[in-house]
Amino acid sequence: MKLDDLTNKSGEWLRGSGPEADIVISSRIRLARNLADYPFISRATRQDRTQIEHMLRERILRIEASGDLLYLNVEELEGVDRQLLVERQLISREHAESQGARAVAIDECEKFSLMINEEDHLRMQVMQSGLNLQSVWEQINRLDDLIEDKVTFAFHERLGYLTACPTNVGTGMRVSVMLHLPALVITRQIDKVFRSLQKISLAVRGLYGEGSQAMGDFYQISNQITLGKTEADLIQQVAEIVPVIIDYERQARDFLIKESHENLHDRVSRAYGILRTAQTISSEETMHLLSSVRMGVNLGLIPDLEIPAINELFIHTQPAHLQKLSGMELSTTDRNIERARYLRRHLNKEDGAGGADKN
Amino acid sequence: MKCQQCEKPATFHITELTGGKPQELHLCEEHAREYLTSGSEPASTGSMAAVLAQQMAQQMAVGQTAAELAELDQQACPVCGITFYEFRSQGRLGCPHDYTSFQAQLEPLILNIHGEREHTGKSPKRCPQGAAQRTQLIRLRREMKEAVEEENYERATELRDKIRRIEVEDNP
Repeated sequence: MKLDDLTNKSGEWLRGSGPEADIVISSRIRLARNLADYPFISRATRQDRTQIEHMLRERILRIEASGDLLYLNVEELEGVDRQLLVERQLISREHAESQGARAVAIDECEKFSLMINEEDHLRMQVMQSGLNLQSVWEQINRLDDLIEDKVTFAFHERLGYLTACPTNVGTGMRVSVMLHLPALVITRQIDKVFRSLQKISLAVRGLYGEGSQAMGDFYQISNQITLGKTEADLIQQVAEIVPVIIDYERQARDFLIKESHENLHDRVSRAYGILRTAQTISSEETMHLLSSVRMGVNLGLIPDLEIPAINELFIHTQPAHLQKLSGMELSTTDRNIERARYLRRHLNKEDGAGGADKN
Repeated sequence: MKCQQCEKPATFHITELTGGKPQELHLCEEHAREYLTSGSEPASTGSMAAVLAQQMAQQMAVGQTAAELAELDQQACPVCGITFYEFRSQGRLGCPHDYTSFQAQLEPLILNIHGEREHTGKSPKRCPQGAAQRTQLIRLRREMKEAVEEENYERATELRDKIRRIEVEDNP
């Protein structure tokens, strides 16, 4: 498998399937691990980093049943390729932008991603479409066991797995669920939900932005603490709260349908209209409009579109994907034109003008 | 339905989840906005490290004179050489042994972050005690490099043999 093969596929978390997939985009767990016999990254010399990378690469590729792994030397990748991996959530922004020897191993289905020399020596993540934390945990736990069989991780009897930042010490585990919450945003209830989550020490973050203003109304909920609770407890804490938020989002959608049906239908239809006719459009506006369209599809207001197709548009219209798909580097202005062209092509494709009349 | 705070029609129906019982509010747009934006803390934009540094500063301020803090900042980990000041300013530790070297300072910090002191989750299947010994390799490799730089080859050879012994002992 090569990096370019990724561009045209849509990864695991975009499949738009699995439990509660209308609201839950993906379930993800990551584990932070460090080799016992090397300094943490901030203190590692160039030689240390190279040795860590070699050592982990050799061990990871030796794992049986690892299948067809795509192993990428991030340091040598072009900027646009690194950005592509960030857009697909396969590496972190920090991993894309930092310096020195570093890598990522990705499986064919894009469920697994193992970052080497990120903030910790090894950051492994497993991601799955829909709400499915238990299955994700079983997979990552098994992967952790397989790697641990071949290396000695930094571990303290009382503090557990040792990490570069004390905020991750203990289990080194971050459990996150990504949710699409447009109705809570429209009804302005989202900040309230956030504040109540913070009180039970869960973190909320917009997917493509900082703070509470998330692009495309995507929000990620994750555990804040990593020490003193078992992995099962940490998972349960997130797993218990997600259905509550799903319920609030459904209530908000019901409310919008009942109380302001025309307004909602208008908003969705206009968004769809702009996306199908615009001649130049920014990434931000695209996300914003796609969010309305996605909700419209879930509520049956747009009959001729499928969720996986919209999920794919969210990704394919981002800067690096757009450039990879069109096969060339594009300036912001050209990207906006190409993005509009891409959207028109994909949203009008089947029945052309016929689709526009239905709404 | 009228807004609970004025005569305008209530177009926002908010269920307040914070506090004890869920509470229903019916407000006009203006009052809803006012309600929703009041008392909201500024969105946290800082990274983990920034938050950590902040907590660190608060911890340090308690019962420490400037002189004491300055002395503390000079303390270095014997394994990786990072000073407490470096950790404090970056929010990142230098090696696994720092958790032992700076135990007295990290303990209240960890308790502050996690509300707990002890790991109760999974442990490595193979001898978790071996990890501390392997961490000593960081110091030995550093000392060997220094010995080579000082052209003290006898010492460097000694260290090299010692490193090899440990490396082989528990090499999976």
